[in-house]
Amino acid sequence: MSAGLERRAIVSGVAQSAIGRRLFRDDLDLTCEAALAAIADAGLRPDDIDGIAAYPGPVQGGPGFAGPGVYEVQDALGIDVYWHLSGLEGPAQISPIIHAALAVAAGLCRHALIYRTVTESTAAADTGRRGIGAGSLEIGGFTAFFIPFGAMSAANWLALYARRHMHEFGTTKEQLGAIALTDRRHAALNPKAVYREPMTMQDYLGARMISEPFGLYDCDVPVDGSTAVVVSSADAARDLPHPAVHFNAVGTAMRARPLWDQWEDITTMAARDAAAHMWSRTDLKPADVDTAQLYDGFSFLTLAWLEALGFCGRGESGPFVENGRIALGGELPLNTWGGQLSGGRLHGFGFVAEAVRQLRHECGARQVRDCEVAVVGVGGGPVAGCMLLTR
Amino acid sequence: MPNFVRPIPALEPRTEAFWRACRAGRLEFTRCVPCNHLIHPSRPICPKCRGRQLDVMAVSGRARLHSYTVNHQRWYPGQEVPYIIGLVELIEQPGLRLMTNIVNCALDRVRIGMPLRVAFENVSDEVALPMFEPEGGA
Repeated sequence: MSAGLERRAIVSGVAQSAIGRRLFRDDLDLTCEAALAAIADAGLRPDDIDGIAAYPGPVQGGPGFAGPGVYEVQDALGIDVYWHLSGLEGPAQISPIIHAALAVAAGLCRHALIYRTVTESTAAADTGRRGIGAGSLEIGGFTAFFIPFGAMSAANWLALYARRHMHEFGTTKEQLGAIALTDRRHAALNPKAVYREPMTMQDYLGARMISEPFGLYDCDVPVDGSTAVVVSSADAARDLPHPAVHFNAVGTAMRARPLWDQWEDITTMAARDAAAHMWSRTDLKPADVDTAQLYDGFSFLTLAWLEALGFCGRGESGPFVENGRIALGGELPLNTWGGQLSGGRLHGFGFVAEAVRQLRHECGARQVRDCEVAVVGVGGGPVAGCMLLTR
Repeated sequence: MPNFVRPIPALEPRTEAFWRACRAGRLEFTRCVPCNHLIHPSRPICPKCRGRQLDVMAVSGRARLHSYTVNHQRWYPGQEVPYIIGLVELIEQPGLRLMTNIVNCALDRVRIGMPLRVAFENVSDEVALPMFEPEGGA
């Protein structure tokens, strides 16, 4: 084990803008709302911020996907920075948070603002959600091998992973449903979650099919919203108005072909490599984790993360999630804010915000008792990044 | 209002030969001459031996179904659903896969492991898509 440079960084602030369906608000407006609140939460002023980063930056994506780039936000907030970064390639959506921890540890900057903003709900308000490449005549790049075959969504690509897992290990649709139902139960305790009404297994199984085995409630819900975090040098911990949240270890590995269709063992994901990498950088063990915040862009991804992180054996995630083990009050409460399935598709950063709040003991009715260690695992398929955070 | 159609692959320098071969009725991959590894998607180097001497090899078109999903969601207005998306593994090389559609197969007959053969579907004068159908009929 080698303790990493990330130990010299903390999460000092976190905040979210309004979150909801069809807010009809500008993405820069949402971002500024979250950013100013996160800076204030850290007990800082905007002029204290000297680093900025975001996922994914100004890239082509579906409507409402990218959010504003870092230069737009830097300029809007009128801040001067020593460090700035965005990009789509890296250890999943939390890549800029991981790299911010390293940047402050290396002394490139002292207080970095990192955000992820989506307006995918408003952007699809007039059309409904369409597939990747819909409306194009021709498709280039790696999706040329997917889209012409009607595989126009990550729902299709990851349904192939889920189906193979079911085939090899006997994982059931009801076990996928345990993720969706647990998320919904937790969302009822989160005033900012978008879907809070109770859901039964019958509701879940009766939902319209999207791409088998994924039905509507296996797929996350597009929303509008911005999440901002402030990552600071660990020596700033004593100045905070609340407990500091420490980076204990991060995981960034990718040790197989980084392609959705060529990933060698599609019952696993890059999560397997990122998780192993993270555990190699700490003395903490899976049994030390008080809450897990695990990506659920699709229900199956959370199962794959549970196996990747070693909370259960390979292929055993289906039985593992039965009987309330993953609910509040259970052995490993996960996605306590409702996850992206019920809390909204904040694209990775919702899990980070919740982990930080759980470790600060700010979660009220959904607080995990004596929460000292939280793991965040983000991404699906050949995309993964994770981090272990401590109080 | 755009006129929605199924998008087809663009002819790009590294993939053009693959799609054109399909249009000519052949499933072809870039091959590393020193180590015989088939490279997909095509690259200018072999990821196994880093060999740079490459040629092209036609394969049999026979495959097994590695995984599948029946898609029910309309991803654009007017799209016909449902249909089967398959991930097939070609018999010539473990791990050499294509995402495709399983055609001429009833939705309730599709099974992981089933033997398949390629069935090209012309989508332009230059491009055909390698679809797969059950070996021996469904």
